[in-house]
Amino acid sequence: MKKLINDPADVVGEALLGIEAAHPELRVDHTNKVIYRGDAPVSGKVGLISGGGSGHEPLHGGFVGPGMLDAACAGEVFTSPVPDQMLAATKVVDGGAGVLHIVKNYTGDVMNFEMAAELAAAESGVDVVSVVTDDDVAVQDSLYTAGRRGVGVTVILEKIAGAAAEQGRSLTEVADVAKVVNANGRSMGMALTSCTVPAAGKPTFELGEGEMEIGIGIHGEPGRRRVPLAPAKEIAEMLVEPVLADLPFSSGDGVIAFVNGMGGTPLLELYLMYNEVARILAGHGVQVARSLVGSYITSLEMAGCSVTLVKATDDLVALWDAPVRTPAVRWGV
Amino acid sequence: MSDAVTLDGLRAWVQGFAALAGEHKEQLTQLDAAIGDADHGINMGRGMVAAISALKEADTLDDPGEVLRLVGNRLVNVVGGAAGPIYGTAFRAMGSALGPRVTLADLALAVTAALEAIQRLGAAEPGDKTVVDAWAPAAAALRTAVSEAMPLHAALAMAEQGARDGMIATIPMRARKGRASYLGWRSEGHQDPGATSTHMIFATMAAAAA
Repeated sequence: MKKLINDPADVVGEALLGIEAAHPELRVDHTNKVIYRGDAPVSGKVGLISGGGSGHEPLHGGFVGPGMLDAACAGEVFTSPVPDQMLAATKVVDGGAGVLHIVKNYTGDVMNFEMAAELAAAESGVDVVSVVTDDDVAVQDSLYTAGRRGVGVTVILEKIAGAAAEQGRSLTEVADVAKVVNANGRSMGMALTSCTVPAAGKPTFELGEGEMEIGIGIHGEPGRRRVPLAPAKEIAEMLVEPVLADLPFSSGDGVIAFVNGMGGTPLLELYLMYNEVARILAGHGVQVARSLVGSYITSLEMAGCSVTLVKATDDLVALWDAPVRTPAVRWGV
Repeated sequence: MSDAVTLDGLRAWVQGFAALAGEHKEQLTQLDAAIGDADHGINMGRGMVAAISALKEADTLDDPGEVLRLVGNRLVNVVGGAAGPIYGTAFRAMGSALGPRVTLADLALAVTAALEAIQRLGAAEPGDKTVVDAWAPAAAALRTAVSEAMPLHAALAMAEQGARDGMIATIPMRARKGRASYLGWRSEGHQDPGATSTHMIFATMAAAAA
């Protein structure tokens, strides 16, 4: 395996030191592995925390700052953070208006965040509301699975909820707008390669030269099906059509369209894919209100992409446009 | 061979589990790579190292329940993922069910209490291809052993066999819980990593009484 690391066991700790050094406007608690906006807690504002395994950067630590998250808890690579981390984060970001937990729908994330919320209620009486993202259409949401995974919509939700909180909306209002984003968002991803977890030393799965994996998540795990490699035009159809059909999105709907890189795919290809996605949306009469192209929720160095569409009302677009200043997302300031 | 479970025996069990999980880190990683995200081996290894180190610092602890609760708390706060809450809760539940004297009957109740706690947390049933598939038969074996007044070492051997059979039975199952469930039919034909580490718990429990 070729990585820019020292000892595999120290990857997360050393990366956090680098984040702290590169971003003096943030504060890092190295013991609990939490990244905070420098001015937390912001009095009277709903605090937003999220977290998850490391390896998805910039999600979530790169989204900490005014207009988005107040804190992000970093687990080991691809491993949910532990309750003590979210408990610490909840207490630190509490500005007296309650705290929103943004949780991606994975068994571990849900369990650890739940345990943290219980501890927070018991220890400090902070009002905590949790919203779960579960936008991945590749997984059937049924009695027979762990439910749909939380993927690309998480990025959109963190921005929009962050703006709502910055505007001074209440905990209930911020949670409600977050739930609307999740309910109106759908995603689908694909991979050209797997990825290598530093401590594992080799790729999680092998893909042949002429193969690609459709319906992947963000943890390097195999997807729903393996198919022969196809041109970008066809890949875009394989991703966009199921997303459109699932909500469903209709002609005349406005969307925030997000083409995300899995970490190992160049921006050149992501923009090429966006061209294909935009063409398909136009063909269906779906209007793009805002777009986002780049690697925002990644799976280490996996090559591939995901498409997320969020049906956008004027309120959601206004919240999307609101100023934000984080390492990964910065506009209006 | 005494039929009470001793404090030394419990500590030996926990040490044994840590050692076995460490030795088989690669195997657990491989199993989790096939139907998960390749972190089970690393996470269990790290968690058990932390549990052992906590036990070393608490070497004057003389209450079996407190020893297991300490292990459970460390697992919750070090392992992460789903395994941390599941195994942490299991050890906490076992610890809460034990007093200063531990008979086979007490152990059977504790292991059963742990199963109930695991199922409350994760809502898994036998057949879902999880920890429960190995834990449930082990718990049932211990209860049977109690009703048949078996000696401790024979009872633990039967529990180990139950866990082993359960672990192997996960191979053809289609996962209905956890990360493996995203794979649908592609999860069939692979042994579940959680059931594998659960078997290690009962194998080392039996070894500590041998």
